[in-house]
Amino acid sequence: MAIFRTKTQWLLLLVFLALLFSFPLFASDRMITILTIMAITTISVLGLNILTGYCGQISLGQAGFMAAGGYISAILTAKLGLSFWIALPAAGLGAGFIGIIFGLPSLKIKGFYLIMATVAAHFIIIWVILQFRGITGGADGLAVPKPAIGDFVFRSKASYFYLTMVLTCLAVYCAKNIVRTRVGRAFIAIRDNDLAAEVMGVNLWVYKLTAFFIGCVFAGVSGSLLVHYYSFASTDHFPFMNSIWYLGMLIAGGMGSITGSILGVIALKLLDELVTFTGPFLSAAIAPQAAASIGLIMRGLVIMLFLIFEPRGLAHRWEVIKSYYRHWPFSH
Amino acid sequence: MTFFLQLVITGFSLGMVYALIALGFVIILKCSKAFNIAQGQFVMIGGYLGYTFLVTLHFPVWAAIIAAILCAIIMGILIERLVLRPLIGESVLSIIMMTVALGTLLEGIATLAWGGEYKAYHGVLPTFTLKLGDISIPPESLIGIMVSIITVTALLMIFRFTKIGLAMRATAENEQVVRVSGIKVTSVYAFSWIIACVVGVVSGILLGGVSGVMTGLAEAGMRSMAVVLLGGIDSIGGTIIAGISLGILENVAAGYLDPLMPSGGGLASVFPFLVIIVVLIFRPHGLFGLARIERI
Repeated sequence: MAIFRTKTQWLLLLVFLALLFSFPLFASDRMITILTIMAITTISVLGLNILTGYCGQISLGQAGFMAAGGYISAILTAKLGLSFWIALPAAGLGAGFIGIIFGLPSLKIKGFYLIMATVAAHFIIIWVILQFRGITGGADGLAVPKPAIGDFVFRSKASYFYLTMVLTCLAVYCAKNIVRTRVGRAFIAIRDNDLAAEVMGVNLWVYKLTAFFIGCVFAGVSGSLLVHYYSFASTDHFPFMNSIWYLGMLIAGGMGSITGSILGVIALKLLDELVTFTGPFLSAAIAPQAAASIGLIMRGLVIMLFLIFEPRGLAHRWEVIKSYYRHWPFSH
Repeated sequence: MTFFLQLVITGFSLGMVYALIALGFVIILKCSKAFNIAQGQFVMIGGYLGYTFLVTLHFPVWAAIIAAILCAIIMGILIERLVLRPLIGESVLSIIMMTVALGTLLEGIATLAWGGEYKAYHGVLPTFTLKLGDISIPPESLIGIMVSIITVTALLMIFRFTKIGLAMRATAENEQVVRVSGIKVTSVYAFSWIIACVVGVVSGILLGGVSGVMTGLAEAGMRSMAVVLLGGIDSIGGTIIAGISLGILENVAAGYLDPLMPSGGGLASVFPFLVIIVVLIFRPHGLFGLARIERI
């Protein structure tokens, strides 16, 4: 089945892309920054969606895998002087292989045990980065050059926005297609019932590790983009809280839906922005620590409320709205 | 030799902190099959509650502990009723994410209410330090041992001799059968969350009295998952043994290997996670856990 079935859908897509790519022309720098970060996060959450939403292998280590990708890219460009265009795929592949290593326990375990394995992955990766100071810069971080094509350097916010958007659209396209290939169907079979999947001839060993590889390739690319966006690699860009929050975005958007990942990232990143915006006022009104705590409280509450009231996420709500619109006024 | 023994003894008290957090986790798991990742935050809240009652409000020790336990009971009921009950019958992922979110929320609340600062109240609780030659045994380890012995005995008593304990064991085994035989499953769940909160809060107060509490305890909660896995997730005794051995191992490994590391160590913070990976690869049901035979 084609991704786009009607001419209207194609038209809507073209209009959307046109609006997206003309965005920097009329938006402020602040808006462009927000959208760039959203796009980078989307890539990571798409990977998590393939791993968790489609293949059912729960991961709380996505930020760690992003850090791995980001640092691989940073070391290749800053220390070895390679071009960003080599470093980006290398970051993806490198993070993917690290993902395979930490995915190995998934052959024996699932559920809570796998979550703990991926949590451990996060902390081990960060520790390794902090230890090998000679290569990674340790806690001081590492300055990273901006990407460039020939003489043109992606230095301005708008140019980096275009770079990120092209890659994000590519990632969405890849993700959409991966989940409807043979591989994607195997993932869904494993998620729904791994025993049955194996009996049907799905090689669990191969496909679970493939899921880890694909999920972490997305994470690596996203980490690389993030590091080059800040022109600085630091473990502070990849806190453990982000791993939780990415899973929160997945839940809010809807597991097992590519559109859902995008909706989830947009919705929760906007909430983050709201918190950043209101923080100073709350601090002034209540107590100095309110700004720090309100973010934590908001994140916890959002995940809880989605789990209780909308466990299938925004994607499901979106489908309900669409079908309501399609069937109106004869909804029954 | 003194260096080694000192490392072992400091590790011992660290291990007791791990064991206390892991204990609450195992209780919840045994009663309601829910993985409670927020247990570290329960301990943190307990420590801050102790600070409020003992230091800010100047309660006597016994009144402070009773007040904190009352708070813990209310917290347990609220958590079960508002947070976990809507998820009965949902997937493991939902419940784990729910407790992760609960932990984040509690951390936020603690930051808002107590500023997220380091709080300690040395000298308020009765403490004592043993000295063996050159080596001093810190009070954490002694208090930790006492609390765990009392808690574990009390829990084993509850599990074995009371009706609610029987209901809890039955619920863990098969929730539907318990429902059919007329036991109120929701109150069993509520009771198990109350126990977890009480254990967490009491350990928090003791921790606050000897070494202080801060929001970093939440991360200790994550590290204590290594204890849970090492001991076997359904074994109370295993948790305590694993907690102590992990604390000692971590401290000894950090003491001897940190100088060899390229930039000065920090091995202690990552050691539990290395243990998690090793345990999961070679012995997923832990040292004392029940091996569930399940093909994946």
